[in-house]
Amino acid sequence: IRLPVFSSAHAHFICKMAAVQGGLVDAVEEKTIKSEPVADATANNSANDARAPSSSPGSGVSPGVNKPAAGAAEDQQTLLAVLQFLRKNNLSESVEILRREAGLPEDSLDQKGGDSTGTGLGGPEADGRTDAGSLLSRVTVSSSAPSKAVAEDQPDVNVVLSAYSQQGDPALYEVYYSGLKKFIETVLDCHRAELSQVFYPLFVHMYLELVYNNHENKAKAFFEKFSGDQECYYQDDLRVLCSLTKKEHMRGNETLLDFRTSKFVLRISRDSYQLLKRHLQERQNNQIWNIIQEHLYIDIFDGMPRSKGQIDAMSGSLAGEAKREANKAKVYYGLLKEPEIELPLDDEDEEAENEEGKPKKKKPKKDNMGSKSKKQDPNAPSQTRIPLPELKDSDKLDKIMNMKEATKRIRLGPDNLPSICFYSFLNAYQGLTAVDLTDDSSLIAGGFADSTVRVWSVTPKKLRKVKSAADLNMIDKESDDVLERIMDEKTASESKILYGHSGPVYGISFSPDRNYLLSSSEDGTIRLWSLQTFTCLVGYKGHNYPVWDTQFSPHGYYFVSGGHDRVARLWATDHYQPLRMFSGHLADITCTRFHPNSNYVVTGSSDRTIRLWDVLNGNCVRIFTGHKGPIHALAFSPNGKFLASGATDGRVLLWDIGHGLMVGELKGHTDTIYSLRFSRDSEILASGSMDNTVRLWDATKAFDLETDDFTAATGHIHLQDNSQELLLGSYMTKSTPVIHLHFTRRNLLLAAGGYNP
Amino acid sequence: MADREERRFAEVSRESIKLMAESAGVELGDDVAGLLAEDVCYRLREATQSSSQFMRHAKRRKLTVEDFNRALRWSNVEAICGYGAQDALPFRSVKDGELYFVEDREINLVELALATNIPKGCAETMVRVNVSYLDGKGNLEPQGTVPSAVQSLSDDLLKYYQQITRAILGEDPHLMKVALLDLQSNSKIAALLPYFVYVISGVKSVSHDLEQLNRLLHMVKSLVQNPYLYLGSYVRSLVSSVMYCILEPLAASINPLNDHWTLRDYAALLLSHIFWTHGDLVSGLYHQILLSLQKVLSDPVRPLCSHYGAVVGLHALGWKAVERVLFPHLPAYWANLQAVLDDYSVSNAQVKADGHKVYGAILVAVERLLKMKALSLSQPVEGGSSAQVGSTMGSTGYRVSSPGLSPPPEPLTEAALGIASHLQAGGSGCPWEEWTPVPLPAMYSELYSFFGDSLAVRFSTGPGKGNYAPCNPSQVSNSRKEPSGATSNPDTTRKMPQLTANLNISPRQDGSPRMDPHPPSLAATGSGRSVARASSVQRSRSSSSRSGQRSTGLSRDVFPKARFTPPQTGPPVFSFLIGGRQMGRRCQGRRPFQTTFAPSASLPIPPRAYTHKLPVIGRVGKPVRRWTCSHYSLHLPL
Repeated sequence: IRLPVFSSAHAHFICKMAAVQGGLVDAVEEKTIKSEPVADATANNSANDARAPSSSPGSGVSPGVNKPAAGAAEDQQTLLAVLQFLRKNNLSESVEILRREAGLPEDSLDQKGGDSTGTGLGGPEADGRTDAGSLLSRVTVSSSAPSKAVAEDQPDVNVVLSAYSQQGDPALYEVYYSGLKKFIETVLDCHRAELSQVFYPLFVHMYLELVYNNHENKAKAFFEKFSGDQECYYQDDLRVLCSLTKKEHMRGNETLLDFRTSKFVLRISRDSYQLLKRHLQERQNNQIWNIIQEHLYIDIFDGMPRSKGQIDAMSGSLAGEAKREANKAKVYYGLLKEPEIELPLDDEDEEAENEEGKPKKKKPKKDNMGSKSKKQDPNAPSQTRIPLPELKDSDKLDKIMNMKEATKRIRLGPDNLPSICFYSFLNAYQGLTAVDLTDDSSLIAGGFADSTVRVWSVTPKKLRKVKSAADLNMIDKESDDVLERIMDEKTASESKILYGHSGPVYGISFSPDRNYLLSSSEDGTIRLWSLQTFTCLVGYKGHNYPVWDTQFSPHGYYFVSGGHDRVARLWATDHYQPLRMFSGHLADITCTRFHPNSNYVVTGSSDRTIRLWDVLNGNCVRIFTGHKGPIHALAFSPNGKFLASGATDGRVLLWDIGHGLMVGELKGHTDTIYSLRFSRDSEILASGSMDNTVRLWDATKAFDLETDDFTAATGHIHLQDNSQELLLGSYMTKSTPVIHLHFTRRNLLLAAGGYNP
Repeated sequence: MADREERRFAEVSRESIKLMAESAGVELGDDVAGLLAEDVCYRLREATQSSSQFMRHAKRRKLTVEDFNRALRWSNVEAICGYGAQDALPFRSVKDGELYFVEDREINLVELALATNIPKGCAETMVRVNVSYLDGKGNLEPQGTVPSAVQSLSDDLLKYYQQITRAILGEDPHLMKVALLDLQSNSKIAALLPYFVYVISGVKSVSHDLEQLNRLLHMVKSLVQNPYLYLGSYVRSLVSSVMYCILEPLAASINPLNDHWTLRDYAALLLSHIFWTHGDLVSGLYHQILLSLQKVLSDPVRPLCSHYGAVVGLHALGWKAVERVLFPHLPAYWANLQAVLDDYSVSNAQVKADGHKVYGAILVAVERLLKMKALSLSQPVEGGSSAQVGSTMGSTGYRVSSPGLSPPPEPLTEAALGIASHLQAGGSGCPWEEWTPVPLPAMYSELYSFFGDSLAVRFSTGPGKGNYAPCNPSQVSNSRKEPSGATSNPDTTRKMPQLTANLNISPRQDGSPRMDPHPPSLAATGSGRSVARASSVQRSRSSSSRSGQRSTGLSRDVFPKARFTPPQTGPPVFSFLIGGRQMGRRCQGRRPFQTTFAPSASLPIPPRAYTHKLPVIGRVGKPVRRWTCSHYSLHLPL
């Protein structure tokens, strides 16, 4: 929501506070918003769609449609809450404007009902935007969730925490908990695994309640007694938790706020759930029952209870598993049709190779790239779903080059592994933080802890700046080699250094046309650099905290960024403000990637979840859980169907985007995975890690599986433990962590990293 | 308390809080201090936790002070300055006081500034590429490029080092040869370079053993010739070791039976080789070498063998060095030398013999000086340049004529200066006195006044001298027209074979070293020897001829101007000789000249041009040909 009278940040802040208040109101009214963190409960489509399924499960929401389909009533409620808040704070003008925009009747605050249109909310945003207008007109900026803003605000924290205050006798907590523990240990094996999921969230909430109510010693004892029982993958959170021993500490602790503001999601079969419920009711164990009611979301399904292995595969995130409904939306994962490009007949290479080069050229290309150019992929979004920039002549040339290279591409497979070249950054003194290579492998750039970005030419062609304006005037603009003439030969060098950031550069990305470079930094800005003049063109400010990653869209123009403020932002290079804000993660966004068709972005986070966002409407369309540590690497397969993710736990997980399922787990690395890359034809997945190895995996085999309807419907996955079969090779470097991987157009694998003596 | 330790919490005791409060002038009660202590602990833990994400995103395993400071900054706490060093901070305890503190030693800035060891961590960040695994295959050893300076020694390397040093310094000459050959071609010994350099610097401790010195010098030669080694700043150390062998009155030279002269000759050749191939690695090296040679030369207290070393060193560095240093010092030095040579007492016999050596060395040096200078003058004429070579040879004369003859520009920063400028202007901040080039005739007559016929005789071998009637300076202008006529004379072509041979070598020696993959003087040990021997032969000849000349004092007046053509005629004469030798009798006239000179004129790309071509990446100022190794280039045919 953007209120015209406020600066955007201020507005978010207000919305935020309103949301918190609203949450309170909701809680009182027993019509609580069930799934999303309260922070998300602002009136906008994004939150709306994501929330929709929970309010009307199985209602077959058609996603990606740019209208508030379901949950309008809830949306309305949130709006009312915001209005109430504004009125309470005597912001009558804002009340008026918001009311008018939302199309609410004058007395809407008293009466429930009325109608609101989502587009109306985005209205003011669209003003003054000319380019990408169609995109912007549908803008629905998700509210940012700067929980820090909340954290600093004492009353709000108290609101958040107050839910803990009314609890009973602290001495009995241990009794309750061990009672439940005993019960779960004695139930049938098939239920035990499922019910054991309850332990961790219960433990956390009981501990927090004890701390909040100033039973410090009891809390310590409780922690001592039961922390050992928790799953090992919660160790990191437990460490944070145990440092928290006083009520005062709870203020400003983000992990704690995450716990309080988001419901921990558990998936339990109906039978197991009944069992638990019966037990708790029999024992009159209201304490635990209350916590389950208030802080847990139990996603009940019919059928066989899941096994321990199945549960472990999916759990581990900060807030439990994703709800099944969260992954039901349709995702257009297909590729966009390649533009028809006439291969120039007078091309020398072409003629040299064969006389009728054109027909022959095109065929292998089609084979290589699947069915994309022949007919529209049924899973592909429409060509104009989001406006994409026109192809320039140079882009077409590049595409032609790409096709030519593609014909010379090596077909990889288990018997035909790629050669690996390693780019070592020497004398970087542990300061290398990010690396990127252009698609054609002609430039390599490094981001450094000393705030610099350095660009090297990988080919003999030197890097040259464009001449100064005065000199450019002297050039004969009609000459054929004008592009050559505008370059200043005097500036030719192997590398250029870009100065501008005031903090370590954590993410860099080349534009597909090689004219620009993006860098994101600890200083909270993203900078756009020209590779023609080697100067900074724009500094995008919006993240007020470190920006961990940024990436250009494969079609250029758009880029996505994510950082410590937990909000991913979509930008267009010619707008200084973001076009979309994707909020929902409960912790830092550590990496961001664009889908090959530019319609989706994926973000990985320290909350150990991966979210897929629809660029068109800002909705979260997939939530993948299963990693046990912060996610530091993401890669889409070139055909757009699959996603690979790597985390600090050293595991690579493979995801089927269409079905929203985990389809594989690759174990082998012993340290954080910082880079993942599919070969050009998706046959091989390469992973690079902090453990100084590059590993190659058989992607063809890993994705060669039929997803039956049952699995698709229930989301119950059966993973084979076949990492060793899929591992094709493991290649060591000399004490050089692999932080970037890249397949050249001919499928040569390039790896890069800084040498750490 | 026990469980706290188990969880490895940061712990700040109540007492510490009280102490800190007291130091700020506040009295705290027990309970307040306790509360504060606990809160401090919590905040510390919190900051540590949030600092870890900076470490993770910097893709490091080690949490740095910098990370912690960032965490503090983002939680609006002032950063702690002064602990940003990369090295680990030593944490010390004082037993009696139960006091723990971070050691913070005082640093002596003067010492730091004058420290000779070069601190690590100042090299330019660079990218190197290497093909690690071809077709996904490869040994399972870790692959990667590793900078030499930081590579740690593996056991294998250590073993190699021991074997090599043992072989070189050992008894078996065959083994030594093999070791030297390997040292010359092994591509994996970069990490051992400092060790070898250290071994070589041991010359000072074995100055009594000529054999050992010789072996060490051979080791230097092998290292210098190894194309995979980047000598970097070690050049300086190697040069100083070699200079030691050239200049120092070695313990071995006390015994006249020891042939330390050959060692000095060899070292001098080595010096010039190092300089021409690696001189660009250390800026100002040329001037430093010249300066130290000059210092030795002008120091009368030094023994004659040191002086001899200085002279052969200058000679090896090229005729310009001789002209620059030796020639101006000659008048002063001559008196001393003359005194030695004139003392016929028995006690002086040894010294006198040494004096003759020096005399011979000087003679050889000035001979080449004269010849090269004449040649350099001749070139503009040959090249068809219309530049008038006036009687005063200006600096322009050099610049146009002999770009290849000047030493390579040392640092890149000086590249903007004229090619010959460091010789004329004395380079950057050259400490020695102003120096103006002496015209050739004046030089010749001055030198003649010292050497007399023994100089003249070196320019006149064979009977052809009759052709050159003494020509007066007045005839000079006419004789400029002569070359074509002179060349057509078939006689002369045969006449001075010895001289032409010398000439053939010298331009290459003086020319751009980078052009020449194998500087002739050191291309192989054998040839190096032969040159050294040749010079010693000449030396003995010269000394004998000198004694001969002394007896026949008569010829002194006859020869001088007769043998050597004065400056302006110099060009035709010398160019003619070369043309004659090279082309034989088939080609004659001016054309052959030009083609004849092609080699030396096509040494052509002045070193400066190369410095532009050198890839700047990584700033490795190695000779050009090394860049052809794909190892150094970023380019990969993808």
